Amino acid sequence: MSYYDLLQNINEEIIKCMKCGNCQAVCPIYKETKGESGVARGKIQMAKALLEGRLEYNEKLAELFSLCLTCKACADNCPCGVRPDKIILAVRAALAREKGLHPLKRRIFSVLAKPKVFRLGMNAGSVFQGLGLKRVKGKNLAHPRFPIGLDMRRVIRPLASQSLISELPRINKPQNPQFKVAFFTGCMLNYLYTDAGKAVVDVLNKNGVEVVIPEAQHCCGIPTFVHGDMSTSKKIAKYNIDVFMKEDFDAIITHCGTCIGAWVEHYPEFLADDPEYAEKANKLANKAYDFSQFLIEKVGLKRPEVSLDVKVTYHDPCHLVRGVGVATQPREILKAMPGVELAEMKKPDRCCGSAGSFSLTHYEMSSKIRDKKTEDILSVNPDAVITSCGACRMQLEDGLYQTGADIPVKHLAMLLQEAYQKEGK
Amino acid sequence: MLSRKIIDELTAVLGKENVLTEKEELACYSFDATADMPQSMPDVFVTPTCTEEVQKVVEIASKNKVPVYTRGSGTNLSGGTIPLKNGIVMGMVKMNKILEIDAENLNAVVQPGVIIQDLNDAVAKHGLIYPPDPGTVKTATMGGSVAECSGGLRGLKYGVTKDYVMGLEVVLANGKVMRCGGKTVKNVTAYDMVKLFVGSEGTLGIITEIIVKLIPAPETRKSFLASFKSLDDAANSITGIIASKVIPATLEIMDNATIKTVENYAHVGLPTDAEAILLIEVDGLPEVVAKEAQAVEKVCKENNGQLKVAETDEERDNLWTARRAALPALAQVSPTTVLEDATVPRSEIPKMLKALQEIAGKYDLKIGTFGHAGDGNLHPTILTDERNKEEMERVHKAVDEIFDAALKLGGTLSGEHGIGMAKMKYLENEFKEAGVEALRSIKKALDPENILNPGKIIDLEG
Ligand SMILES: Cc1cc2nc3c(=O)[nH]c(=O)nc-3n(C[C@H](O)[C@H](O)[C@H](O)COP(=O)(O)OP(=O)(O)OC[C@H]3O[C@@H](n4cnc5c(N)ncnc54)[C@H](O)[C@@H]3O)c2cc1C
Ligand code: SF4
Ligand code: SF4
Repeated sequence: MSYYDLLQNINEEIIKCMKCGNCQAVCPIYKETKGESGVARGKIQMAKALLEGRLEYNEKLAELFSLCLTCKACADNCPCGVRPDKIILAVRAALAREKGLHPLKRRIFSVLAKPKVFRLGMNAGSVFQGLGLKRVKGKNLAHPRFPIGLDMRRVIRPLASQSLISELPRINKPQNPQFKVAFFTGCMLNYLYTDAGKAVVDVLNKNGVEVVIPEAQHCCGIPTFVHGDMSTSKKIAKYNIDVFMKEDFDAIITHCGTCIGAWVEHYPEFLADDPEYAEKANKLANKAYDFSQFLIEKVGLKRPEVSLDVKVTYHDPCHLVRGVGVATQPREILKAMPGVELAEMKKPDRCCGSAGSFSLTHYEMSSKIRDKKTEDILSVNPDAVITSCGACRMQLEDGLYQTGADIPVKHLAMLLQEAYQKEGK
Repeated sequence: MLSRKIIDELTAVLGKENVLTEKEELACYSFDATADMPQSMPDVFVTPTCTEEVQKVVEIASKNKVPVYTRGSGTNLSGGTIPLKNGIVMGMVKMNKILEIDAENLNAVVQPGVIIQDLNDAVAKHGLIYPPDPGTVKTATMGGSVAECSGGLRGLKYGVTKDYVMGLEVVLANGKVMRCGGKTVKNVTAYDMVKLFVGSEGTLGIITEIIVKLIPAPETRKSFLASFKSLDDAANSITGIIASKVIPATLEIMDNATIKTVENYAHVGLPTDAEAILLIEVDGLPEVVAKEAQAVEKVCKENNGQLKVAETDEERDNLWTARRAALPALAQVSPTTVLEDATVPRSEIPKMLKALQEIAGKYDLKIGTFGHAGDGNLHPTILTDERNKEEMERVHKAVDEIFDAALKLGGTLSGEHGIGMAKMKYLENEFKEAGVEALRSIKKALDPENILNPGKIIDLEG
């Protein structure tokens, strides 16, 4: 059984940790708290104590285990090859089983478990959000008008007036397509950053790729997984697998660090002992690609001909760079674009502090981590920040807004789209 | 358990955010990086932010006879920060300011919670370095490394922590503050208290400020990898290099077991059929480096060594990646890694390596050895599994014999990891009765109530 269903099974991972403390050097949470409970080593030892009965499932433990960005920096830097992120998530799952989920989370996740209800709610939300959000002049950003579970200081991206899936046709076909892909948009690109979603389709079309957008697709489910709600995550995984098994394609494409991680890493591990789904999950995992990865590795990028004349810097989403090892591909694209200067910031792969809902539940801590990132961005003085993840983009938009800097944050696909569009003129 | 009253007093001094009492948090301070040690929970964890607060904590502890376990980053390898007798664990990580960089006088003043690498990054702008570089430069604190007298890869040429500490501010067991040493190169005023506190592992006083010496960064460097078919050839090269009046900045050795493991893990092209390899780096002025490099090449060739020179920065990085991979690679082989640091005079290295091979055979254990050949500081690393009780017994016997062998060869129990609680039982083998008595008198004089890191180095009660 997976360690997400039975905590004992994570023991082999725990015992690998030699307690050297190397993870302190890279853990963004430790850098802020300077407390051993913040870093992987402390969390692993708490997990061990929990399994040995020296600690029990309680609120305090839940609070301490919620303090992790699942940024995998510790795993990447660990001399013993330990995967602290897996240990932490396994404990969160055990906590949810033993203690139950927070009532608010339970309510939200119960909606997430029902794709149709969720879709209806999100589409209606775009109409009603004006009541709750106060627009920032001149920008497509907004402050919360009431403390609706969001910090009043932060700015977020309002829901798009129309979701990507309802706006775009199901089949987007260029002339003589060389490949056919299914686009897994993820919530961010479907409901908030539809500009990026459209860019993905456009750019793939320009590169001779037919794009199908299965309309029944749902949230990737990772938001429920990181809070330990395994039954909902599995339900969602199976649902999405069913939706995509019906299609015929060469690849599944995402443009989001979390979504690609879901397909490549998490669905197969959630469903490893499911007789019906294990094989399907693996099959689809092998077909899932990040947008940049597919263009570089499979298609061979059609180099834009017109020069853009911008200086950009690239932020690596944690789950893309450390989750699935995509770091060179986006840079290869940027370097191939005429007139695009890539000015690397210090530690471009350091977590932006968003970690999805972490930025909602721990705004203060998340902002401190984010401020280090914005500082690094500002130090290279770019015209735009490029990234490959909606959650990172929202976090960076907030961070840059708070410093007063007027630097747009864009998905990689958008920059390519701009270049191709300029060609057409 | 500590009384509510003591906790309240600590909270009044430090503020709530600096006093942790919940057992989930405390469990995170019941261990350090040492393998095969008992875990023990503190009653409270505190984080002072200035010397006055440290004084107040010690006063409260002393008044109530509660142990104080000072902790930096908790990366030591001798059980030095485990709160064996519960009480207070005092974390120094929030006192992490670099107070002054005096580039003209080549020194810096830091608080104990500064991470070694952060100091190095700060002085690099001035073209200076702080040479002591334990494997944990990116995590260990200045306070912890001073209290352990940490070494590192560059010990042979540049010395170890004690060679760079010029002055200290220390909070004594009675809560008073003393200063010793200072910014002058020469200082013979009374006893050398600085040297006494360096390496005292938190048992004599709490270090709250450190003045360190800095040196100009070397202009150039050159690295080599030499592989040998026999241990004796490798050993003769080590002594040969030094006999030819070259003091390399680094002179590291890996035995065959380590070479194989590293190659298997990191694929850096190490010769797996070699009995030993040496990794050598000379640094300094370009003319000197060129001359020393020639001498190194000559000696290695004379001793049947196969030599690879790192021509570019990239090749150099590759070489040192291999060295840095030694511990991680060994650590991945099995769940528990028992890392020792028995040290012998340089000339005895081949005998020590052979003794280690024999011990491994005798107890049927996997032991990989690597280390700082230039200064005789070896790291025999036993790869085991602490859940296997029977094997752990053999490990303990092997460790006993390793220390015996080192002492017989005129060596010492610990080159750089300290005694802590892990090596206490061997202390008398090296210090003999009179020596241990002298140590005890020092401890009693400075910490009569035995509240500072009790149960480490020397135990007044037992
Ligand atoms: C992977 C690995 C590699 C290592 N490599 C090396 C190496 O190459 N060379 C080497 O020498 N060591 C090495 N070490 C050991 C360790 O990293 C060093 O001893 C380090 O300097 C300890 O620093 P720390 O901040 O973690 O101290 P801690 O472990 O927190 O404390 C060490 C000791 O100092 C005391 N102490 C801490 N702060 C103070 C203070 N302010 N005042 C008084 N006492 C204090 C503690 O009570 C304890 O006894 C290694 C350890 C690991 C895990
Ligand atoms: S998780 Fe890895 S880096 Fe962190 S303490 Fe354990 S072994 Fe060391
Ligand atoms: S995943 Fe990131 S935040 Fe979590 S423990 Fe590891 S380094 Fe720290």
